[in-house]
Amino acid sequence: MSAALPVIRLSGLSKSFDGKLVLDRLDLSVTRGESLVVLGKSGTGKSVLLKHVNGLLRPDAGTVEIDGEDFWKAGRVRRDEIRRKFGMSFQEGALFDSMSVGENIAFPLVRNTRLSPEEIRARVAECLELVQLAGLETKSPSELSGGMRRRVGFARAIALAPSILLFDEPTTGLDPITTDVIVGVISALGKRMNPTSITITHDLKFAFAIADRVSLLYDGKIHSSLPPKAFEASSDPHVAAFVRGDASLERPEDTGTFRSIAVATSGPTIGAAP
Amino acid sequence: MFVLEWLGRSLLGVLHAVGGFFVLLGQTIHGAVRPPYAPRMVANQFVRVGVDSVPVVLLTALFTGGVLALQTFKGFSRFHAEGYIGSVVAVAMIRELGPVLTALMVTGRAGSAMAAELGSMRVTEQIDALVALATDPVQYLFVPRVLAGILVLPMLAVLASVTGMIGGYLVAVAYLGTNPVRYVEVTFQYLDLEDLTSGLIKACVFGLLLTLIGCQCGFHTRGGAEGVGRSTTRAVVAGSLAILISDFFLTKILM
Repeated sequence: MSAALPVIRLSGLSKSFDGKLVLDRLDLSVTRGESLVVLGKSGTGKSVLLKHVNGLLRPDAGTVEIDGEDFWKAGRVRRDEIRRKFGMSFQEGALFDSMSVGENIAFPLVRNTRLSPEEIRARVAECLELVQLAGLETKSPSELSGGMRRRVGFARAIALAPSILLFDEPTTGLDPITTDVIVGVISALGKRMNPTSITITHDLKFAFAIADRVSLLYDGKIHSSLPPKAFEASSDPHVAAFVRGDASLERPEDTGTFRSIAVATSGPTIGAAP
Repeated sequence: MFVLEWLGRSLLGVLHAVGGFFVLLGQTIHGAVRPPYAPRMVANQFVRVGVDSVPVVLLTALFTGGVLALQTFKGFSRFHAEGYIGSVVAVAMIRELGPVLTALMVTGRAGSAMAAELGSMRVTEQIDALVALATDPVQYLFVPRVLAGILVLPMLAVLASVTGMIGGYLVAVAYLGTNPVRYVEVTFQYLDLEDLTSGLIKACVFGLLLTLIGCQCGFHTRGGAEGVGRSTTRAVVAGSLAILISDFFLTKILM
């Protein structure tokens, strides 16, 4: 019974910003050890969804349950305890630029544990090794490339040995080679820690490389939730359109002027008939 | 109709900001009294808010004291009271100009810097990262800055007042030819301990206002680099207004 209990369960989640509905009664659950990838085009609220999972955003309606516990019914102290189950990596790394790489990774350890400075140093070195950046402790975040910053972000996220990992667009804006390195690091972390994870991306190749299950976020709802192979072959029009990279199903307000130009040029032209 | 709409929206905006200020004030106090404490971070901010502001505060105060002496001389000579320039400069600097000018200068220097720093942390998701790492951003970011502001502003204000009095002395004695002994005598003759305490209390309150408003503006930044710019401007405008408006009420209360 307990194995089937979802680690993360979002039910009826709704959120709007400035009157625009971003998440619309969304349901999603992830079981222990599963790697879920949520796909969706830019601006569909993927990051918003992810930020609800560890309570960075509070839903307007609906519940967030972690290991069966309602996150927003818990008190402030308990919420921080629940947050320690999570390691989150942010889009651009979100490293503290006033600190060195080593201090960044040590930060959660200093704040949340009673480890001695030696133990912290050892843990920092271990985390850096896991993301294949050993010996980079004294560098400042501004000296690192985009891919390295993200990997340092991973190292910081795993410092407290969390059981759940959240990755927000870990490969966006990276070249294919660096993306491959990131895939390698994420797969290695999966083998080593066997975490439950949610990854947000719009990169299909990357998604299929790391996912146990792939979901499509569309119109504020989880539209389809399938294993990678089945997802790729899905006949669902929205999934198929996303896999093909086809914008013809989009509403005009989502694609803006581009769509209206397309309509105008593809419409019948007077005098063009033979 | 548009005017009423605009008025209503502006009023709501102001009320929203003032309400937000008091919510954050509560959270800051709560964050300050519970562990973990961060004396080293307070010390760092103390240097950034206080020590680094000393030159600009001294320069401002020196010239303000000088101008005050000049203007008072001009006015007082009309009824042959030039001899009292010293006490006017002293009372004005200690009760009013020392704390207020210091606070305005520090708002421009440190309040704006806080808004810019927290604003860029917000737009680069560093504040989200703090929360994700189970760290209360208000406790971590606000408390050291606000404590440093409350501690350092009274010291800067005293420094400013003394410098202002020296500026007044220099102008009165060297330029206007007042008797130096008489000037110093008059300076302290009418000075009260209550003048000093009222100046110090004001400076503490201004220190709280300018740092918390700087942090608040940065914390609520939205929309990239442009948003950071807006927050910085807002921190200076709102901080300066808060200082000048609260100064009136504080003066009234402390009288």
